[in-house]
Amino acid sequence: MKEFEFSAPTTIAEAVALLAGGARPLAGGTDLIVQMREGRRAVGHVVDVKRIPELTAVTPMPDGGISIGAALSVTRMAAHPALARYPAIVESGRMIGSYQIQNRASIGGNVCNAAPSADAIPALICLGAQAAIAGPQGRRTEPVEALFERPGRTRLAESELLLAIVLPPPPARSAAKYLRFTPRREMDIAVAGAGTWLRRDERGVVTEARVALASVAPTPIRAPLAERRLVGEIPSAALLDEAGILAAQDARPISDTRGSAGYRQELVRVLTRRALADCCAQFGSPVDVA
Amino acid sequence: MKREQDFIVNGETVSVVVDTRDTLLDLLRDRLGLTGTKEGCGNGNCGACTVLLDGAPVNACIVLALEVAGCDVKTIEAVAAGGRLDRVQEALIEAGGTQCGFCTPGVVLSAKALLERNPHPSAHEIRAALAGNLCRCTGYDKIVEAVQAAAAGRPNG
Ligand SMILES: Cc1cc2nc3c(=O)[nH]c(=O)nc-3n(C[C@H](O)[C@H](O)[C@H](O)COP(=O)(O)OP(=O)(O)OC[C@H]3O[C@@H](n4cnc5c(N)ncnc54)[C@H](O)[C@@H]3O)c2cc1C
Ligand code: FES
Ligand code: FES
Repeated sequence: MKEFEFSAPTTIAEAVALLAGGARPLAGGTDLIVQMREGRRAVGHVVDVKRIPELTAVTPMPDGGISIGAALSVTRMAAHPALARYPAIVESGRMIGSYQIQNRASIGGNVCNAAPSADAIPALICLGAQAAIAGPQGRRTEPVEALFERPGRTRLAESELLLAIVLPPPPARSAAKYLRFTPRREMDIAVAGAGTWLRRDERGVVTEARVALASVAPTPIRAPLAERRLVGEIPSAALLDEAGILAAQDARPISDTRGSAGYRQELVRVLTRRALADCCAQFGSPVDVA
Repeated sequence: MKREQDFIVNGETVSVVVDTRDTLLDLLRDRLGLTGTKEGCGNGNCGACTVLLDGAPVNACIVLALEVAGCDVKTIEAVAAGGRLDRVQEALIEAGGTQCGFCTPGVVLSAKALLERNPHPSAHEIRAALAGNLCRCTGYDKIVEAVQAAAAGRPNG
C-alpha cells in the first residue's frame, strides 16, 4: 500500500470537509482495504466514517419508514428490530461474505462500491430506497436506483458522503425477495441475481411490480419488460414463467469466467420466477413454479 | 505515516507507534509479537486472521490498526489464559478438529463468538458461522462435531 493519511472524524461536517480535500471514505473496508492492499486503488487520505454517530444509526422516519446509517455493519443492521419489516434487506445483507465480513461490511459500502454483482442493491431498488447524501453544497436525496454510472463508479461526487439509506414504509399487501446464484453457497460472487417486489390489491391483482437484476449489466438494472407484464394480473405459474422469460430479455450480460451471457440469462429467468413465487408465498397465495 | 496510538488488546492498554498502513494483523503480529493470529490470504477470504473486535469476529488482515483505537481486541492468546484450554479448544483436540493448526486460532474465536450468541447451535448454524474459516486439513466435519461437543458441555464444560 502507498502511504496515506488517516482521519476518524466524529461529525458529518468534518468528514465532508476532508472529502472535499481529496480524501476517501472508509466504512467497513471490506472492499476499500482489499482494493488498496491489492494495489487496485490508491488513496492519499482515508477517512473512517464509523465514528460519526449518524452513520451507524437506525432512525425512524416521519412517514413510517426508516433511515439506515450508511456505515452500519450488516450484522448490526440485521439485528435491529426496525428491520423486521424489511426481510429482503436483511436477507440480502446476510448474503455478503462470511460472518466476519458482515461484522464490518455496510450496505452503504455495498452501494458506493457500485459492483454490478452487489447483493444488497437489487432489494434496495425493489423497495424504493433513497440515498441521503451530504456534500460541500449541502444535502440531497437520490433514488438508490439512479446512483450507478459504471462498474465501481457511482454518480456521487468525490466530495460527497452517503449518509444513509432511507426506506419508505412497506405498503400493505407488498412483498420483496432477492435471490442470487453462486457456485458455492457462501463467500462467492453472484453469477446473477434477481430481486422482485410486488404490490397487490384486495382481489390479488398486481398493482405495482419491480424487478431488479444483479451481475447482468455494467450496473444493477431494472427489468421493465417483466415488470409491465406483471401489472394488472393475478399471479399464476404461467404468468411467473413469462415474467422470467421477459426479465432474461431485459438482462444485458457479458460472458466471463464466472458464466457465459446465455447462462446468465437462463439464471435470470429462473431466479426471477422463483423470487416472484416467493413474494406470492409471502402473500399467502402460493404459486407452484419449478 | 507514523503515529503513536493507544490500543486495548487482550484487556491491556498498550501504546504503540504504528504506520497508518498497518492492518490490525500487522499490529498484532509485527508490533506486539502476538503471532497466534495467522495470515493466510490477506484479503478477507480465509479467516486465519480472525480476532474478536468488541466481541465480534473480524478479519484482522482487512481492518486498519487505527480503526480499532479504543476498541476491545481479543486474540487467541487470551483464550487459554492461565494455561487452561477453553472448552472449544479441548473439544477440537478431542474430536480431531485440528491438524496442522493454521486455521485453528480463527476457528476457536469464531466458534466461541457463536456459542456466546447462540449456546446451542445446530450443525447448519455452526457451518454458517464458520463459513469464513477455511480449513485445508480436517474436511470440517470434525470441527462441527467439536463445536457441538463444546456446546453440549463435553468434554471440558
Ligand atoms: C471475502 C469477501 C466476500 C465478499 N462477499 C460479498 C458478497 O457475497 N456480496 C457482495 O455484494 N459483496 C461481497 N463482498 C464485498 C463487500 O464486502 C461489500 O461490498 C460490502 O458491503 C462493502 O461494504 P464496506 O462497508 O466494507 O465498504 P468499504 O470497503 O468501506 O467501502 C466501499 C466503497 O464505498 C466507498 N464508501 C464507503 N462508505 C461511503 C460513504 N458513506 N459515502 C461515500 N462513499 C463511501 C468507499 O470509499 C469505497 O470506495 C465481499 C468482500 C470480501 C472481502
Ligand atoms: S488472512 Fe485474513 S482472511 Fe485470510
Ligand atoms: S487444521 Fe490445517 S488448515 Fe485447518
